[in-house]
Amino acid sequence: MNERPLALLPELLLLVGAVTTLLTGAFLPRGRQWVARLIAVGALLVAVLAALPAVGERSTVYAHSYALDPATTAARLLIPLAGLLVVGIAAGRVAGNRRETEFYVLTLLAVLGAVLLAGASDLLLLAVSYLLSSVPLTGLAGWGRDRRGAEAALKVYLMSALAGVGLLAGAALLTALGGGASDYDRLAAGLAGAPSAAVAVGVVGVLAGLLFKIGAVPGHFWVPDAVQGASIPAGALLTTVPKLGGLLAAYRLFAVAVPADVVDWPLLVAVLAAVTMTLGNFAAFGQADPRRLLAYSTVAQVGYLLMAVAVAGRAERALPALLVYLAGYAVTNLGAFAVLAAEPHDRLDGYRGLARRRPWLAAALTICLLGLVGTPPTAVFAGKLTVFTAAWDGGLAWLVVVAAVNTVASLFYYLRWLVPALSLPSGPPPLGTGSPRGPRVAVAVAAAVALIGAAGTFPLYGLVERTLQR
Amino acid sequence: MLSLIVFTPLAVAALLLLWRGLPASTVSWIWIAVTGVEVAAVLGVWWAYPGEGFAHEVDRPWIPGAGAGYHVGVDGLSLPLLALTTVVFAACAVYSLRRQRRPRQFAALFLALQTTCLGLFVALDLILFFVFFDLSIVGMYAVIAGWGHGPQARRSALTFFLYTFLGSLALLLGFIGLSVAAQPHTFDMVALTRDPPTQGTAGALVLSTVLLGLAIKTPTFPFHTWLPPAHTDAPAAGSAVLAGILLKMGTYGFVRIAMPMLPDAWRRYAWAIVVVGVVSVLYGALVALAQTNFKRMVAYTSVNHMGYVVLAVGAAGLVADSDAQARAVAITGAVTQMVSHGLITSALFLLAGVLYDRGGTYRMDAYGGLAADTPRFAALTAVAAFASLGLPGFSGFIAEFQIFAGSLSAAPVAVAFALPGILVTAGLFLWALHRVFLGPARHRLSATADLTAAETAAVLPLLALALLLGVFPRLLLDVVEPAARAVTDLVAR
Repeated sequence: MNERPLALLPELLLLVGAVTTLLTGAFLPRGRQWVARLIAVGALLVAVLAALPAVGERSTVYAHSYALDPATTAARLLIPLAGLLVVGIAAGRVAGNRRETEFYVLTLLAVLGAVLLAGASDLLLLAVSYLLSSVPLTGLAGWGRDRRGAEAALKVYLMSALAGVGLLAGAALLTALGGGASDYDRLAAGLAGAPSAAVAVGVVGVLAGLLFKIGAVPGHFWVPDAVQGASIPAGALLTTVPKLGGLLAAYRLFAVAVPADVVDWPLLVAVLAAVTMTLGNFAAFGQADPRRLLAYSTVAQVGYLLMAVAVAGRAERALPALLVYLAGYAVTNLGAFAVLAAEPHDRLDGYRGLARRRPWLAAALTICLLGLVGTPPTAVFAGKLTVFTAAWDGGLAWLVVVAAVNTVASLFYYLRWLVPALSLPSGPPPLGTGSPRGPRVAVAVAAAVALIGAAGTFPLYGLVERTLQR
Repeated sequence: MLSLIVFTPLAVAALLLLWRGLPASTVSWIWIAVTGVEVAAVLGVWWAYPGEGFAHEVDRPWIPGAGAGYHVGVDGLSLPLLALTTVVFAACAVYSLRRQRRPRQFAALFLALQTTCLGLFVALDLILFFVFFDLSIVGMYAVIAGWGHGPQARRSALTFFLYTFLGSLALLLGFIGLSVAAQPHTFDMVALTRDPPTQGTAGALVLSTVLLGLAIKTPTFPFHTWLPPAHTDAPAAGSAVLAGILLKMGTYGFVRIAMPMLPDAWRRYAWAIVVVGVVSVLYGALVALAQTNFKRMVAYTSVNHMGYVVLAVGAAGLVADSDAQARAVAITGAVTQMVSHGLITSALFLLAGVLYDRGGTYRMDAYGGLAADTPRFAALTAVAAFASLGLPGFSGFIAEFQIFAGSLSAAPVAVAFALPGILVTAGLFLWALHRVFLGPARHRLSATADLTAAETAAVLPLLALALLLGVFPRLLLDVVEPAARAVTDLVAR
């Protein structure tokens, strides 16, 4: 049955890290919670290092329920690194807070849940990891314990419960239709002869859960409210980590488990992608709060990312494209949130004259926002280019046109933020207000990676094979 | 060698940005020195150019997942534009001596912009081309938004950004279409030229998106509406680069990408391109005639001049009605026109900047009789205007003569319609000269308002080069003609 506990070392390390952080934090005085932070950072780093030896691995473990392949490897590397950036962003806001440790524990658990989501090759494990990654998100949304945080937490919780019911029901239905097998390999064989209407219902159910997780239409309603209500670092995590896990899970589900000749899921996903990007972009137009603007921008980005899922298994470069885009998106989005954390304002106008006050922060903001547009040579450009190419290759040229038009539209609202930030009011430069070290480091790292991304994706391709392990 | 030429300005730009307390005059001299070295380096490349095919090729993998590589090289089409780029940027550097606010950032921005322009002309990979194409838009947006004058500068910059960004994404769609049709998928221009991938309807669709992108950048009628406000509000050096170099990116794309990679569709729709060219020629000339604003007038003559280029490349696609010799002449004329327009219009925009600097307005009625008070300015402007209207002896004449001679057999009606464009342009320039320089003085400028040494040193070489190419055209044509013949053969496949 392939029972190799050591194959799951990165996941185990994350779990051990979470437990250790929790226990350590419980015994630490309030002024020395930085020890817990250190442990959390150490756990994330060690998890990344532990994933490196398994880079070339292609197998499944525990009765085909967990796949060790390029997608899982990428998730094991990307998601903890994203978690590290979140901890960096959080350093200023949560340091010294009474519940500082809780934040790190929840972050570690959210990271673990997302990694499991990406690696799950079995509907039951998918359901479990869905729950494991949803609960910490709710906690993080309400971490601030203020009125808005409570609202955000409630919204995330209700939506996740609703979508979770869909996912569980869909998983049960698909398992039944597949002849009792829940692992993707045998499920695919079982579903091949099943009635397509019933399979479609099951797929829609499972997809509902995943769409909530990645914040795509119609499961996107929680995103803007949660990002606005939760603290900024929590918002950064909510819009990055679950998307990484959820999109890889969706890709794996469609590429391995659901045959396209039984249900026309490519069309369904393509339409969802088109609607998601359009809605995200147009909803972002009117936002005056940078947090809501970023939230809707993440919805739009998921639309582009779903294009790669829509051609899963049909375009040979769909998987590398998805991974490159995910990596670029994660770092660029976190960079934008890091700028927000380094200089929080409730309104876009608050950033007027940023270039004069804090030129480096303005430069980072420029890189990240233009990066989100997809201007070369940033990382998201490499992702967009590869995803567009893959989608066209997979026969979805119309979707590529929709995405290109959306990209032009998106430029408009990113510029609404960027133009005041770069405009230079006359008069002497006001003194820059100091910000904590953590966000500044996160800003610098994220912006630098986002900028050199297109050139930097080169080594990534060595890691990525084009197919998934069944 | 080419990579060094392309990325040296960017490296210096980064240095200038990081080096805070650098005195303004040092910044200017560093900028002038770098652009001067670039001119010399490109002249060296020109000298060593073997006369045919690609030189200094470098091909490295870059984004292998997408099939994009770092592939650069120069040939007879790109070498003249490369040289033009270095010359225009050097003129801008000299012109900006002791002029701009925030000189350090301005110089850094222009040096970065120079990298994008140079990179675009040496790129032999569609994605590399697109990267530089897109970055040039971002750079020019920053120039207009940051250093533009007039209350509308921000708005014009935004219009420019959104409009040309739309064009660049259309271009990207076309590139993806080209790449996906090729087996194996590649963005390499040389490979796509060797073996044009698309046929039939797919080819027509890809050509239409590529043409949309290039037409917005060129700009041709009816996609020119971003151009006049962008020019009016841009600083003089920005206008010179915008008109002199950035517009050439569109027309260069026609001969480098659209014609060789989509020959089938190009031949089929050549008549439409000819029509667009003729309309641009006439519309640009007539609207320019109606302008009272000197800079807007020059901007519209750019639409007119680019119209000739579009007419020529369109006529070169009408294979059935003409011989290869004539079509090669038309393409040679188109490339010559790009160089010639780059030199002359950059000079005109720099002179327009002087006018605004001294008088505070571009309105031609606000001046009059300037010839008596500012003789050097009047003389250089008159020379530039005569060069721009195509007076024999200047490069513009060589270019337009070849365009008309090459297109005549293929599209006689179109040429007949386009010829009056020259007449209108001549009229509007003479009328403008008349209003600004002759008659009673309506301004309060004294003799001290005449050109400074730096301004003269910036404008004079541009006009001298236009004159040199007008008198000794072989200097340019020897390089362009083999490449133009190659393009002609590629289209006729």
